[in-house]
Order: sequence, then structure tokens, then C-alpha cells
Amino acid sequence: MSTETRAAVTIDRKSRAKTPRTRTTKETAGDKWVGGVSHVVLAIWSIIVILPMVWTFVGSFKTTKEIFASPFGLPANWSFENYVNAWVKNSFGQMFLNTIIVVGGSLVLVMILGAMCAYVLARFSLPGSRVIYYLMLAGLTFPVFLAIVPLFFILQGMGLLNTLPGLILTYVGFALPFTVFFLFSFFKSLPYEIQEAAYVDGASEWRTFFTVMLPMAKPGMAAIAIMNFLGLWNQFLLPISLNTNQDNYVLSQGMASFASAAGYQVDFGALFAAVIITIVPVLIVYVLFQRQLQGSVSQGTSK
Amino acid sequence: MTAARTGRRKSPRAGVPRKLTFDYVSFLLVFLGLPLAIFLIFVISPFVQAVYYSMTNWTGFSPNMDFIGVQNFVKLFQDTTFLQAMGNNILLAIVVPLVTLTIAMIFASMITVGGPSHGQVRGLKGSSFYRVVSFFPYVIPAIVIAILWNMIYTPSGLLNGVLELFGLDMNEYAWLGDERTAMGATIFVIVWSMVGFYMVLFVAAIKGIPSETLEAARIDGAGRFRTLTSILLPQIRDNVQTAYIYLGILALDAFVYMAGLNATGGPGNSTLVMSQYLFRTAFEKGQFGLASAMGVVLAVMTLLFAAIVIGVFRLIGGKDEGGRS
Repeated sequence: MSTETRAAVTIDRKSRAKTPRTRTTKETAGDKWVGGVSHVVLAIWSIIVILPMVWTFVGSFKTTKEIFASPFGLPANWSFENYVNAWVKNSFGQMFLNTIIVVGGSLVLVMILGAMCAYVLARFSLPGSRVIYYLMLAGLTFPVFLAIVPLFFILQGMGLLNTLPGLILTYVGFALPFTVFFLFSFFKSLPYEIQEAAYVDGASEWRTFFTVMLPMAKPGMAAIAIMNFLGLWNQFLLPISLNTNQDNYVLSQGMASFASAAGYQVDFGALFAAVIITIVPVLIVYVLFQRQLQGSVSQGTSK
Repeated sequence: MTAARTGRRKSPRAGVPRKLTFDYVSFLLVFLGLPLAIFLIFVISPFVQAVYYSMTNWTGFSPNMDFIGVQNFVKLFQDTTFLQAMGNNILLAIVVPLVTLTIAMIFASMITVGGPSHGQVRGLKGSSFYRVVSFFPYVIPAIVIAILWNMIYTPSGLLNGVLELFGLDMNEYAWLGDERTAMGATIFVIVWSMVGFYMVLFVAAIKGIPSETLEAARIDGAGRFRTLTSILLPQIRDNVQTAYIYLGILALDAFVYMAGLNATGGPGNSTLVMSQYLFRTAFEKGQFGLASAMGVVLAVMTLLFAAIVIGVFRLIGGKDEGGRS
């Protein structure tokens, strides 16, 4: 769809060049005004988005004294001291590793389990599959806050409180409904003939899924994987209530506790550096997958 | 097997009852049973338990638990702090989606149909730059956004610095430390983080409108504003409704933003939200029964909110049933 529009634009641009000047100038007076205002408005918004990032980046090289002296001043010397302080002294390195383990582990698990569940719900008529579907819908709409207190005691009972596996399993549980919904419609739309052909060739149910159906669902899997990655990296409530052991902190909760501690000690330089450390991985993912990401947003919600 | 296959061909969507071979049973157990077990244990069962706990006086660490019916709820609705938090949540749920979606819609229409008013309907030049930049805050973890803006709003932070550049000396004004501005400043942060996402969503939705529709409107003499209100908005009404519900639910929660911006609930509890109060009641005071009751109130409000939004949208667009679904 978008390529069509783009093609139309280029054709139109050429044809416009050929039209007589008098007509175009007469019509573009208002256009120029609207276009100009639009550009100004959008440019101002872009500045509002970018300026805080630049300010934080520059601030991450300043000393706390310099930060309070002037918001626009440049650091006297660009040293990485703040980063070293954040990474080593305030154990952001450890938290970074924890985050990768938890987000990576739950992402892999939720993708496999979500795809399996969506496949069965979409492709097999089982008694009660409607009920399961609506149960998932309920899991999607209820606020996590309602669950947080009992969840604490469930994990405690299983001996998984304050552990990374406990966190992973909880992440998987709460990311599952969205994953299943998204992939449900995807599996539903795949042609039935191929599945049948696999059966005729004597493939088992397992084999049919892993070698035939799953590869066909790749575009959907990629889109939902990106959305899940962002969502899981963003998790905050679950870790701060279910993972209070300092050694197991993930980045988001480490950031929060560091920020509230910095309120008294005022090591703002390290705080700025910590913000940059937390942003950089997602920034890289965003720049690399920018197109797919924006694509998955429109795909995920338009159905 | 042959009979089964012909049956499937007749109604491919219905599926077939299969023989209970080892392959099929093991497949179902793992493919459906495993995800479902995790979902039931970690998501559904806590929800159900919470509803029960909300009617007890449980303090969490003692085994004593008496069923006290609706007493917790009565207590909540007599607690002025809780009512204040609830009011703040309601304010957020109304203002945040309204402001965010209005800005996102304006930006999206500039990008898609803001171009010249003659010839092919098209958007601004260089619009992909704006799209990429505005989407950026969405990928930053919300807690980091909140901490970042906390630093921006500090007396010697970026905001006062920028205002000084424009000749407005705010005398080291603390934006989050004053009851008059704390809520507004907080709302701005949430809007800032969400506009880009919904802009991209609306751009995609507008691109899905057949170009003939837009051309026809233009031939009939519709201006930009008219095109926006009479063509774009009705055509993407479902997307706007979904967006409104998502954002409203986010605003009813708002915990992450508040935790980074005003962890204590702001000056005079002016930005305290129910989720913060719940967290405090549960994990600092240990009143788990009461905290669960707050969770139930929050859940009911969320469902009520979604129902109201759907109802209002149906009222507004009642005549336009031919729209896309």
C-alpha cells in the first residue's frame, strides 16, 4: 500500500512540473503556509524529543558540580569516569547481565510457548478452546496490580521469589496472552492445504509444526518478538515487587533505586551515565530494526 | 483417515476429531498444556486469589485471615487519601488520551495528507524523519523516561535553562515540587513518551484508507480540515477507540511514571495514584487484604473505563456503521 502511494507521488511530481506556472503558484500560496506551519510544528516536537537525549549524553561526561552550574555548559574534559562509576561501583554491569538473561530467557520461552498455544487454538477444534481464548482476553485486560500480592506468595511458595527463573516464568505468563492473540490470527490465515500435505507425507503433529507451519509464520513471529522485547525490557512493577535481592536486580529497577539514592548523595554524573547505559541497547535495536518496528506497530493493532 | 480428510475439505475451519495416538496426545499436552499451566499459575490464579483476599483482613505474614466481606471497600471509600488518588487517576485517564491522541492525529494527518491541496493527495516532504524521531521515546523504558524528566524538571535542570534562554528566569523553580505544576508536568511526560507511537499507528491507518475516497473528497471541494474531520477520523474510528482504551488503561496504572517522577506521591499527594498507594499498603504496611481491595477497585475501574469509551464511540459514530472494521 505504501509503495503504491509513493509511486503515485513521484509520477505526480513529474506531471506537476509540466503544468503551467501560473496555476501552481496560485494554488500553492495556502499550501506553502500550511506546509510551513506543519514543518515548524513537527520540527519543534522533534527538538523536544531530541534535546533531552543530547543533554543527558553531554551531562554523562560532566561532574556533578558542572551539571548544576549550567545546563548547556560542556564538560571541562570528556572523561568516562561517570560510566566507570555506574558500571563498576554501582554494579550496572551485573544488572545489565541480569536483564539480558531475564529478557532473553523469557523472550525465547514466550515465543515458543505462544506460537504453540496459538497454533493449537487456531487450527484444532477442541472442546473448550473458546473458553481458553476468553481466559486469555481476561488476562490481557486485568491490571497486573490486582495480581501482584498473591503472585508474591505464589512465588514464595515455589521457592522462586527473588530468583531470576521466577522472574522469567512470571514475565512469560504475562506476555503470553498478547503473543497468543497476535499469532492466533496469523496461524488462522495460513493455507490448510500445506498442513494436509504434511500429514499425507506422514509427518507427525510435532514435525508438521516445527518444519512446516512455524517457518511460514516467520513474519508474524518477528513482529511480535520485537514488541515483546520492548515490553519485557520495559518491565518494572514485576521486578520491584518480586525480585528484591540486590544481586538479581534488572536494569529498570536498578535505575529506580539508584535514582532515589542519588536524591540524597547527589552523584548526578553517574545517574546521567546510567540513563545512557540503559538507553543505548534499545537505541541500537531501534536504529537497526526501525522499519520493522514501525511496521509491527501498524500490523499489531490493525488486525 | 480418508473419511476424516474429506470431512476437513468440506469445512476446513472446523478441524477434525483425531485419533488419540501418542503423537497427538503428547502434542496437545505440550503445545496447549504447558503454556496454559504457566498462564493459569502465574496470571489467572493470582487474579482469582486477589478477589478473595480483598474480602479478608489478611496482613500477609501471619496465617490469620478472617473473612470480613466488603469492610475493606467501605474503608477505602472513607479514606480521603485513596479518594484523592482515585481522582488523580480519573483525571489522568481523561486528559492523557485526549491530549496524546489529538497531537498524534494532527501530526499523522500533516504527514499523510498535509501536502499541496491539488493533484494527488499526499503528505509533507521529509516526513519520515519526523516519524522516526517522534517514535524514539516509545522504545525507552518508561522508568528511564520518568527519571530523565525528573532531572529535566529539577531547579537547575534543562527546562529552567531553556526558559532562561528565552528570557524567562524561573528563579530555580521546582516543577515537580509545587502542587500547581506537578500534575501538569507529569501529564506532559506521559504524552511526550506516547505521541510518536500513536502517530505511527495513525499514519498506518490513514494509509489504509483507499486513495479514491480522499480524491473524491477533494474533488467535492473538501478542505484540509474538512478532510480530517469528515474522512480521516470516521475512517480510522476503530483505531482511535483502541488507542483511547490502551492509553486510558496506561493512565489508570501510571505507576512507572510516578515511581520515577514523584516516588512519594508529589507535594500534598497531588500526583498520588491508586497503584502507588496499593504498593505502599501492600509492601510497606503489610496490609495485603486492603491492598487487594484496591486492586479490585482498579480492575473494576479499568473495565468500566473500557465500557464507557466503547459506549461513547458508538454514540458518536452510530450512523457510520459502514466503516472499516
